[in-house]
Amino acid sequence: MNDRLGIVVAASLEKGVEVRLDSQVSVEDMVVGRYVTIEGRKHRFLGMITDVSLGVTDERLKISPPDAADPFIAEVLTGTSTFGQIHVFPRLTISGVEEPQTVKTIPAHFSAVKLTSEEDMELVFGPEDPQRFNIGNPLDMELKLCLNLEEFVKRSNGIFGKSGTGKTFLTRILLIGMLQKSKAVNLIFDMHNEYGWQGTSESGPPVKALKQLFPASVAVCTLDEENSRRRGVSTDFVVKIGYDEIEPEDIAILRSTLNLTDLAVEATYQLRRRFGKSWIQNTLDTEDPDEVKQLLEESKIHESTLQSLKRGLGTIRRLPFIEPHAPVDAVKNILDHLDRGMNVVLEFGRYRDITAYVLVANMLARRIYSQYQSRMEKAMAEGSAAPNPLVITIEEAHKFLNPEVASQTIFGTIAREMRKYNVSLLVIDQRPSGIESEVMSQMGTKITCLLDNERDIDSVLAGVSGKSELKSVLSRLAPKQQALIFGHAVPMPVAFQPVAYDTKFYSSLTGSKRTAAGEQAEKDIEELWE
Amino acid sequence: MRFINSQPHNKIAEVIEASTTQFAAQCYELYGLPPLGSLVKTGDIYGIVAEAKTESLEPGRKPIARGKDETSEEAVYESSPQLLKLLRSEFTAVVVGHKDGEKLCQYLPPRPAHIHNFIYLCQPDEVEEFSKSLDFLNILTGAPLPVSAEELIAAVLRRMSLAHEDSRAFLVAAGKELAALFSSDFIALKNILGRLQ
Repeated sequence: MNDRLGIVVAASLEKGVEVRLDSQVSVEDMVVGRYVTIEGRKHRFLGMITDVSLGVTDERLKISPPDAADPFIAEVLTGTSTFGQIHVFPRLTISGVEEPQTVKTIPAHFSAVKLTSEEDMELVFGPEDPQRFNIGNPLDMELKLCLNLEEFVKRSNGIFGKSGTGKTFLTRILLIGMLQKSKAVNLIFDMHNEYGWQGTSESGPPVKALKQLFPASVAVCTLDEENSRRRGVSTDFVVKIGYDEIEPEDIAILRSTLNLTDLAVEATYQLRRRFGKSWIQNTLDTEDPDEVKQLLEESKIHESTLQSLKRGLGTIRRLPFIEPHAPVDAVKNILDHLDRGMNVVLEFGRYRDITAYVLVANMLARRIYSQYQSRMEKAMAEGSAAPNPLVITIEEAHKFLNPEVASQTIFGTIAREMRKYNVSLLVIDQRPSGIESEVMSQMGTKITCLLDNERDIDSVLAGVSGKSELKSVLSRLAPKQQALIFGHAVPMPVAFQPVAYDTKFYSSLTGSKRTAAGEQAEKDIEELWE
Repeated sequence: MRFINSQPHNKIAEVIEASTTQFAAQCYELYGLPPLGSLVKTGDIYGIVAEAKTESLEPGRKPIARGKDETSEEAVYESSPQLLKLLRSEFTAVVVGHKDGEKLCQYLPPRPAHIHNFIYLCQPDEVEEFSKSLDFLNILTGAPLPVSAEELIAAVLRRMSLAHEDSRAFLVAAGKELAALFSSDFIALKNILGRLQ
C-alpha cells in the first residue's frame, strides 16, 4: 500500500492509539485535526490525529546526536532509531455495510494506518442531499463536508470563537443552510445588522445577507427605521415596544447592566402587582413627594431602592423604540411571518448597546415562546398540526445565559427544555466560559472557531469524549476560516474550513433558478453603482 | 563419508577445526588469507572471516628475525625458502548460514563442517545472492567473536556492498537493519555507521 502512514504500536480506548510512522512518511506532513483510517482485522477505525511527536529508540541519541549533515547517517536513522509518531483518537468504527458506530474497542497491534479516504469521509458524513448542506471542507481535503440540518435543528446549538475568527460568516452559512434544507424557521436577533441585508467583511466589499439572497423567505424588521432606511435596507416592518409589554422578569436580567440592587429587582414585582400592566409608566410618573411616600409605605420599599429602580427604568425609557403603548403588536407580527414559513431578522440599527439587546431579545423571545408553548400543548391535545420548528439566534449569548441570569431568562429555559415546544436556540458567543455550564451541556452541536482562553476552551469542550485531544486541535485552528464541529448532528468531531462566502457561493444557492438575463441585469445594476 | 566439496573455483583453505558456530582453516598458501569480513563457503556452510593469523607451524618454536642483512622483505624469504614451509596462515570464520537444498538459510546449520573440507571464497554473484537477506547480521551481533562485533560488521558490509550494483542503497538498507538490532545501543550503531563509508 503506497499511502500507508505507519502501524499501530500501542493503544487504549481511554488514551487513544499510538502510531509509529513509516520511514518514508514525513512527520511534517502530519497535521493535528486530520482524519486517518486504521485498518483493524475486523473493523476500520476512523480517528483524528491529536498529537504528533518524535521518538528515539535510545535516549543516548538525544545526548550525543549523530552528524545530521551526513546524508547517509540521516537516511539510515530516519524511521529506525529516530521516528515520527502520531497519536490518534479513534471516533468511529466502520464494519461492512453497517452504519458507522461509535468506537467501543481498539485496533489490533500493527494494524496499518493511512489517511482517511474521501469515500470513507463521505460514508460517515453523507453526500449533499435534501437534508444535508455543504458547510465546507474537512482540513486538507477536497471533499464536501455535509451537515444534516434536520438533525441540527433538533437541539439548541452554539457557535463560538474569538472575535474576528469568522463566527458571523459561519452563522450566515448555517442560517442559509437551515433556510434551504430544514423545515425550521429562524428568528434572528441581529445586534450588529449583519444577517438581514448586508454584512461587512474585513477584506473586500460588503457581502450579501439573507434577505438579498432569499427575498421571498426572509423578512427584515427593525427597531431603528431611520438607520435601516439610510443603509438602504428594505424592511418589512418596524418593531416598537410598549412600556406595558415589559415585565419584571425583563428587568431582572438587566440587573447588572442597569446596575440595580437585588432589592430594586424585588421591588419591580411589587410595583407590577400594585400598578398592573402600566407599572413602569406609573412608577416613573410618581414624582409628587406625598405620592412617593405613600407608595413607599404601602409597598414597603426603601426610598433608595426606588431611586435606584427609577434610574434603571429611566435608562429603558430613553431607548427610542420604547413607547408608552406600541401601535402594533410586534410579537403577533413576527409570529405571523414565522407561521408563513418566513425567517425573521430583527435589526437593532444604532441601538447596539447591550441593555437594548438583552431587553428586546428576552422580551420578544419570552412571549413568542409562550405562544409556541400553548400551541404545542394544543397540538398535542387535539392532534392538530404543530407550529413550524423555530430556531432563535442570539448573539453575545453570555449576557443571557450566564449563571446569574440563566435561570431567569427565557433562553435558559429554552436551552434546558430543548425541543419540547419546537423552539431551539442558536447561540453565538465569544466568551463561552460566561455561559452557565448546564446550558452548555444541553447544546446539541457546537461549532467553534479558534479560542485561546483556557477557560473558554474548557467550557466548550466540557463533557466531550477525548476532551484533551480535541483541546489541542481547537487551540491550533487557524485564526481565520477554520472551525471544529462536534456534537449531536455530526457522527464525529471534525475540523473544517467553511465554504467561502462569495459570489460563487451565492450562485450555488440560487443555482439553476438564475437566468442569464437575470445575471446580466444584476451586472448592469452593479456597474451602474460603480 | 560424503565429499561434497567440488567447486569450480579455486579452493583457498581447508577446515582444521570446526564447531557449530565457527570453523578454523589453514590456507594452502602462506599469506593466502581471505580479507576480513569476506564470505567463504565450505560445503553447504557459509562463514564470515572474523580473524586471521600467520604463525609458526610448531607452537613452541617462535620465528626469529632474519632480515638484518637483507635489502627487502622478499629477499628474506628468498634466502630462507624453508620459511614458507615453517609458517602457516590460518583464519577463523563465523558460521552465518547454510544451504538446505536450494534454500539459503541464514541461521546455524544442523551439523558443523567436516575437518579437511575445502574452503572457497564466494564470488560477487554469490555474495549478492547471499546478502539479499540481512538476517545474518543478527548472528554476528550475538556470536562470541575474536574481534569486536562493530569492527567485523562494518567490514562485512563494506565488502558486501561492492557486490551490489547500488552499493549505497545496500548500505542504507543494512544500516536500517542495524538500527533495529542496535535499537538500545546507539553508540555501537554510530560506530558501525561511521565505518561503513
